[in-house]
Amino acid sequence: MHSFGYRANALFTFSVTALAFICAIASLSDNFSDQNPSAEIQILNINRFKKQSYENDEVSLTLDITADLQSLFTWNTKQVFAFVAAEYETPKNSLNQVSLWDAIIPDKEHAKFRIQTSNKYRFIDQGHNLRGKEFNLTLHWHVMPKTGKMFADKIVMPGYSLPDAYK
Amino acid sequence: MIVTSSLIIWKALICVTGSESPVVVVLSESMEPGFQRGDILFLHMSKDPIRAGEIVVFNIDGRDIPIVHRVIKVHERKNTGEVDVLTKGDNNPGDDRLLYAKGQVWLHRHHIMGRSVGFLPYVGWVTIIMTEKPIIKYILIGALGLLVISSRD
Repeated sequence: MHSFGYRANALFTFSVTALAFICAIASLSDNFSDQNPSAEIQILNINRFKKQSYENDEVSLTLDITADLQSLFTWNTKQVFAFVAAEYETPKNSLNQVSLWDAIIPDKEHAKFRIQTSNKYRFIDQGHNLRGKEFNLTLHWHVMPKTGKMFADKIVMPGYSLPDAYK
Repeated sequence: MIVTSSLIIWKALICVTGSESPVVVVLSESMEPGFQRGDILFLHMSKDPIRAGEIVVFNIDGRDIPIVHRVIKVHERKNTGEVDVLTKGDNNPGDDRLLYAKGQVWLHRHHIMGRSVGFLPYVGWVTIIMTEKPIIKYILIGALGLLVISSRD
């Protein structure tokens, strides 16, 4: 019972178990943090709104995004992935979510920001449903920890709409 | 001690998460800096609909290694509830259409094996080393075998 092999094995098992326990506690501690993020988005301009030559509507727009996500950062946070998606309904689809812009926020200092940007990803519908369409802009965030469970949540901002005619 | 307890934990994870492979190792840099090569991801598959922002693990027909990327577009049909999904790696400049099978424009629910819900850093390096340098696998198994043979109790 006292051979080197047994001791090494017992030590290894114990240290792996202790490490797993510490990771679990670190992850649990994230549940106790108080979070109150805030955001506001304005559409500055609709740059282009057209029908693609064969099928679908496409919009290009410029957004002004203000957000304060500093309260999401805990000691166990590695980064926060934030993105803005347009969400709307069409006759054929009960839900369409199109991501327009995203960013990786590496630390608390960068988590309070204001940027003006045109959409990073193309806003293309499945069909021709976008004229006069009302949609929500939702800021989603995904908290990626140094170890453990990941959290995601969002702020929904309703009441945006597209022009009635192509431009 | 550790081998049997690992096996029990593995089987229990398969039951609890409802997924065929509840743990995957990150192999590429396409999700950096969030997921680095060698991290392991815990997966969970539920009947909840797929939504933008989720990190999903999916298989492409014709490729045997699953890919872990984020969903950036979702179009869900009213009548059938079926869904068209587009994914992209956080660190990649463009979306995954280049990775999909020839002629495939969207992913569907049956391609997706699970959602990533949790993560452990560095632990997956053991698997990567054993796959890329199989000699280490043989040395490890040899050493374990020697240990079993040479123990006296």
